[in-house]
Amino acid sequence: MNLETLIETLGLKCKCCWEKLKTTEVRGGYAGDLLSDVMANSSAGEIWITRQVHQNIVAVASLKDLAGIVIVQGASPEKDTIERASKEGVPIMVTDMAKFEVVGKVYRLLSEG
Amino acid sequence: MSDEDFPESLEGIYRIQGRDFVDAGIISSEVKKSLQGKGIPESIIRRIAVITFEAEINIISYAEQGTIQLFIEPDAIIIEANDIGPGIEDIDLALQEGYSTADDSIRELGFGAGMGLSNIKKFSDIFELTSDVGQGTRLKSIVKLNG
Repeated sequence: MNLETLIETLGLKCKCCWEKLKTTEVRGGYAGDLLSDVMANSSAGEIWITRQVHQNIVAVASLKDLAGIVIVQGASPEKDTIERASKEGVPIMVTDMAKFEVVGKVYRLLSEG
Repeated sequence: MSDEDFPESLEGIYRIQGRDFVDAGIISSEVKKSLQGKGIPESIIRRIAVITFEAEINIISYAEQGTIQLFIEPDAIIIEANDIGPGIEDIDLALQEGYSTADDSIRELGFGAGMGLSNIKKFSDIFELTSDVGQGTRLKSIVKLNG
């Protein structure tokens, strides 16, 4: 499933890198707020669901070739985060939903194919 | 270290300033970019990315300053991280997953979970860590290219 379909189906708001949504394939998901956990256990092509908003999340997503970052619970990414994401081409989405709800919806969507 | 000590396989030396969390990950990105386009498998590059990122975060979190050196050998990629800093008193304890001396300011950023060194070890084929308390820490990580 491409990122654009996932965003539209779940009603997420895209904050960065619209141009990449159509061509980015989502191959799974990973949820976590500990950066070392995500570094170690996420896989390329997964969408990362987190409550962290500072710019170090962009480095993690970029280094692990993740599909993008969903920031949950109405939190706003810092200005530096968006700037760095634009530079590195890492899509960032936001939602008011809690992490549990986003994870459940993404999981169901990807399982149904 | 004098100039003749640098082997031909040295691809880059990157300098890191302690407590500079704003730039965290930039060195790792540079290391990743310098490995791309050389026929090195993506899976190996991602392992190096994890190792470099954790080494970079450790220097930023705990040391005054440090360097990361990248070597590309015919059969392996080598990352060496050396820092000037407080050092590690008990290396076995520091390697235990979950053990951390990070303060709240580090933890708020999502670091300091006590996974950094164990991640580096897990993603390395050969891992060496030595330290002199009050002086600094030296880390060497080797990832073999032939699996």
